[in-house]
Amino acid sequence: MERALILAASAIGAGLAMIAGIGPGIGQGYAAGKAAEAVGRQPEAKGTVTSTMLFGCAVAESTGIYGLVIALILLFANPLIKLL
Amino acid sequence: MNVEVNGPRIMFRIPILDGIPVTETVVNMWIIMAAIVLACIWLTHGLKVKPTSKKQIVVETLVGMAVGFVESTMGKKFRHWTPYITALFSLSIISSLSSLVGMRPPTADLSVTLAWALLTFVLIQGMKFKTNGFLGYFKSFTEPVVFITPINIVGEIATPISMSFRHFGNIGAGMVITSLVYGALGALSSLVLGAIPNSFIASIPIFQLGLPAFLSIYFDLLTSFLQAYIFCMLTMVYVSNASEE
Repeated sequence: MERALILAASAIGAGLAMIAGIGPGIGQGYAAGKAAEAVGRQPEAKGTVTSTMLFGCAVAESTGIYGLVIALILLFANPLIKLL
Repeated sequence: MNVEVNGPRIMFRIPILDGIPVTETVVNMWIIMAAIVLACIWLTHGLKVKPTSKKQIVVETLVGMAVGFVESTMGKKFRHWTPYITALFSLSIISSLSSLVGMRPPTADLSVTLAWALLTFVLIQGMKFKTNGFLGYFKSFTEPVVFITPINIVGEIATPISMSFRHFGNIGAGMVITSLVYGALGALSSLVLGAIPNSFIASIPIFQLGLPAFLSIYFDLLTSFLQAYIFCMLTMVYVSNASEE
């Protein structure tokens, strides 16, 4: 019973942790939009703009990745089960 | 439908100190290291001052690209960092791309990326030590005001954690999502073909054929390249920032 409760709560927690994906989604979309604007204004700087955007996107992604790591831990290496 | 997402399997144990486990990650890493070393020996074999073979021209282009990448990010005086950055980049990208030949990618294990990130951390701290000197190094934590010291220390420790989690999270999530979709496609094909009474035809996983390849283009090719690039880029940016006053 307790085990089932912990498993259910962990599954819900993993789902909730992935809400963290909203932030990077908005941020990366904004960055990509700005990059598109920049390429539209200065098409000759396309290479620099693209690499800067990819770099920024990957750095902005880290908060989402933290949420993902929490979700993966809850699903595949649950530390709470061992507390029983 | 049987989908298994586990940590790396333990291949064998070294029989000292009641058995040191050697995981799949370590074994795959040995294979990749051997492959890189053999490729380097083959590529640098028989070089001439005036290139006559196509191989040497390719090698020279690659080395030129690596030197240009480091020099454009860190500046001309950091040219001697090229071997380290190139080694990190090639190890990272070949590790991640090894999932294309069916191996478990070593970078989907946090211990590998954490080890690389700790190397970067040591390099940053060493570079700060070298630039500022003994007292200056400890004084740099108390800037701009003294009571901000704990935040500075946490910020230093957060660097390797965020770098390793980013690399591990991207590759690991790609592996998990790819295997989940693969399992789901198998279940779908057995559901659709299960209507056919012939048990041989019903056992063919028709949807698993080819469709996961499109997913693999994003999760394996693009993510692997991007994460290797980001990891090297961040290492270079942090180290060259640490070398400034």
